[in-house]
Amino acid sequence: MNLLVDVVLWLAVAILAIIVFARRRAMFGETAVFGARDFLGLLPRIAIGMIGSGFIAEILPSKLIPAWLGADTGFTGLMIATIAGTLTPGGPVVGFAIAAAALKSGAGAPQVIAYSVAWALFAIQRLLIFEVPMMPPRVVWLRVAVSLPLPFLAAWTAMLVGKP
Amino acid sequence: MNARRPHRAFDWSTAVVATLTLTAAVTVFLRDGQERFLAILFDDLGIVGTMLPKVLAGCLIGAFVTLLLPRETVTRWVGGDSGIGGILIATVAGAILPGGPFTIYPVAGAFLAAGADAGAACAFVISWTLLGYSRAIVWELPFFGLDFVTWRLILAIPLPIIAGIAARALWRYFRAPPESA
Repeated sequence: MNLLVDVVLWLAVAILAIIVFARRRAMFGETAVFGARDFLGLLPRIAIGMIGSGFIAEILPSKLIPAWLGADTGFTGLMIATIAGTLTPGGPVVGFAIAAAALKSGAGAPQVIAYSVAWALFAIQRLLIFEVPMMPPRVVWLRVAVSLPLPFLAAWTAMLVGKP
Repeated sequence: MNARRPHRAFDWSTAVVATLTLTAAVTVFLRDGQERFLAILFDDLGIVGTMLPKVLAGCLIGAFVTLLLPRETVTRWVGGDSGIGGILIATVAGAILPGGPFTIYPVAGAFLAAGADAGAACAFVISWTLLGYSRAIVWELPFFGLDFVTWRLILAIPLPIIAGIAARALWRYFRAPPESA
């Protein structure tokens, strides 16, 4: 499965590379280098975040997580997960590292989905640093308002289908 | 022309994670001893190793797609009178357009300036945060594994569409702009 994903991804890279080479040859080298530099820039963050998730999982109060975010915590657990997601600081690594650590320590999958959906939608830092300056604030708050039910919708659907 | 900047190797959010990681690692070392510490470390390093080719592929796909999908085209697809179709297109565009906040929010702002409605813009931004494949591959997959991420994505597919329709309805109800009413 792991290999299959690699093959599919690199196939996509190859196809896109051919299209870019055929249509925008002058930009090909620069774009490939840009992608590679992006990767090198991400490398330390990913390494630190992933090594961190193992250690953080080990020291998280594993008795607390099933009680607060376990599969049978119901609506309260989803509330806690949603609020925690909103308040989680930092870029992608922080939220996913914490969520993965919680999953390893006994949190329910719907609760973790609510957490990561809430964090993706509402993370206050990203909202204030990027979204508000770059879009009309009125639209941003409309966006936030219509997003409020989404962590719960995602978690409830997860419970309904019994996956993941 | 890539509008977005490459990710910086280190910023304050990474510093937060690094501090958390270091604290957790030291705690494990002191509490459980060297053997457990090394077991976790090698376990995690193994996962990092299997994920690196995927992350590199994700970055290259992101760079190529950004080049091939010019902003003007996207803007044209999500015009003001695009209806439900516009929301669906915005959802798909948000899911496939790679890049970080540097690209997504300016593009969404451009949509709005060019006459796209708030519903499409909301669907676009929400779709990017929830369905963005580059985000899923680069960030989520390493931490959660394929099964979890696949289901998380499937469960999230309806959300931008629902939110986009709700946003459009709310926008019209509370603030019908006089020029387009």
